[in-house]
Amino acid sequence: MTQTINARFLLDYGEFKFDVDLRLPGSGVTVLFGPSGSGKTTLLRCIAGLQRAPQGFLKINGKIWQDSERGVFVPTHKRSLGYVFQEASLFPHLTVAGNLQFGRKRIGKTSDAVDLQQVIELLGIDHLLARMPEGLSGGERQRVAIARALALSPEVLLMDEPLAALDSQRKQEILPFLIRLHKELNIPVLYVTHSQQEVAQLADTLVIMTEGRALASGPLAETLSRLDVPLAHDREAATVWPVTVVEHETDYHLTYVAFAGGTLSLPSIDADVGAQLRVQIYARDVSICLEAPTATSILNVLLATITGLANSHDGQTVVRLRIGTQALLAHITRKSAMLLDLQVGMGVYVQIKGTSILN
Amino acid sequence: MMLDAADISALWLTFQVASLSTLLMLMLGTPLAWWLTRTTSRWKGVCNALVALPLVLPPSVLGFYLLVLMGPHGPIGQLTTQLGLGTLPFTFGGLVVASVLYSLPFVVQPLQAAFAAIGDRPLEAAATLRAGPLDTFFNVVVPLARPGFLTATILGFAHTVGEFGVVLMVGGNIPDKTRVVSVQIYNHVEALEYGQAHWLAGGLLAFSFSVLLLMYSVLKTHPVAHQLK
Repeated sequence: MTQTINARFLLDYGEFKFDVDLRLPGSGVTVLFGPSGSGKTTLLRCIAGLQRAPQGFLKINGKIWQDSERGVFVPTHKRSLGYVFQEASLFPHLTVAGNLQFGRKRIGKTSDAVDLQQVIELLGIDHLLARMPEGLSGGERQRVAIARALALSPEVLLMDEPLAALDSQRKQEILPFLIRLHKELNIPVLYVTHSQQEVAQLADTLVIMTEGRALASGPLAETLSRLDVPLAHDREAATVWPVTVVEHETDYHLTYVAFAGGTLSLPSIDADVGAQLRVQIYARDVSICLEAPTATSILNVLLATITGLANSHDGQTVVRLRIGTQALLAHITRKSAMLLDLQVGMGVYVQIKGTSILN
Repeated sequence: MMLDAADISALWLTFQVASLSTLLMLMLGTPLAWWLTRTTSRWKGVCNALVALPLVLPPSVLGFYLLVLMGPHGPIGQLTTQLGLGTLPFTFGGLVVASVLYSLPFVVQPLQAAFAAIGDRPLEAAATLRAGPLDTFFNVVVPLARPGFLTATILGFAHTVGEFGVVLMVGGNIPDKTRVVSVQIYNHVEALEYGQAHWLAGGLLAFSFSVLLLMYSVLKTHPVAHQLK
């Protein structure tokens, strides 16, 4: 059975109307992305039951948590969820171990609970257990908060901008733990952020929120490359591909990775053959040729099909392409698009000038 | 002899009244303060004003109304009579009831301040960690509001020890039954026994000062417990 999350909420605060109807995969990381005031946190709080939408329906992996038509509303403390707030919100009167145990001892004895020791190791907080929250750094506190939520073995983990209150150094300290968590634990995560970097590094599914509505939702690469979403027109627009390391060419300091539409060569990466990585390709680093470029310094030249064209406000044209099953975005000047007479359905060559490895 | 048997008896009675009243005020004041902190009811203002009333009312006014209400013709008096308890004025029980009402704001207000300082977040965090409302109250709110409970207990106790007007109105001046220290001091002064009055008054002064000093020094060194980290 495929696990799903069905969430439908309607809230009307006069100025702010909140109206979402989402069907999300019950596995992997779903990132809720959008500017502040777009309703990301409201959605998360409605799912947690911290806020009660007068009209709402919420079903998580077969369990109904809210059904306003039938008057069903399961209170937060009876929902199998973990919640990580923007500020760690540890209990100051308890040690780190006490904080971890607080929820843990209230879930009762279940055989399929995650191993607490594994969670402690995953987040690297073994040496902090006897400390009080007051003496911890911001990054340490947030790691404890994440561990505290994971220790519940929740059916869904809700994270509300867990990195937003941290400086960039602390962010870099926690991100690897989140990526590991994603790889090692099979708990679906709903993750709220307004950082494109976190989207690229963590999301499997992306929901784009704006003004209380879900503008788009779907698999990461698909959603990032949707032309009707402002993100594709952003100067920092990029697509993210999942890739597998296939070969190292040590003489040239190159690494070859396979993606769903072929192979890419990248500057040498310190990763074993077979390792799963993410490659981020900025739209501004992709150029288009009508014929196969014979003499070019660019190594990554791929055959692609144009699936969409849209004019941006600043003389740019955003081109959506498909290579195999992977979507790709290119930003070119409107003049180039006109001179090349680009049309949807055309086969073209793309040159990828640069890539970045995300993890 | 610095204190005679009547003085000792008054001291002991004062201690009993103050202890029992403080206990009752904490039991009554805790849920009341919690409700007043969390409620959005339109009766909140009215209830706050009622609780705070003894702060501004002359004790004789409160004592007078209590006397009327609890007397043989008052509604409370008739109720207690029917329950076979007799009437409360001029008894130990009446003294405790009056003390509780009179000193309640000294317990409720520090608790309210402490509860308000905790904010919503710890309660939400507790709920996401599977703690129900009562569980959250006893395992999160109470520990976080500890300085508030300390203040409430000390102020409630000390204020009960120091009351005079209400006690005189409701309790009278019956030796061993309702004659507390403050009344005993009054008796000594009336009888021009200044020496005896000095001992009791000085003792009460020293007690009140040291209790407050203790409270402020403990609160100063107490970690800022209600700030979530």
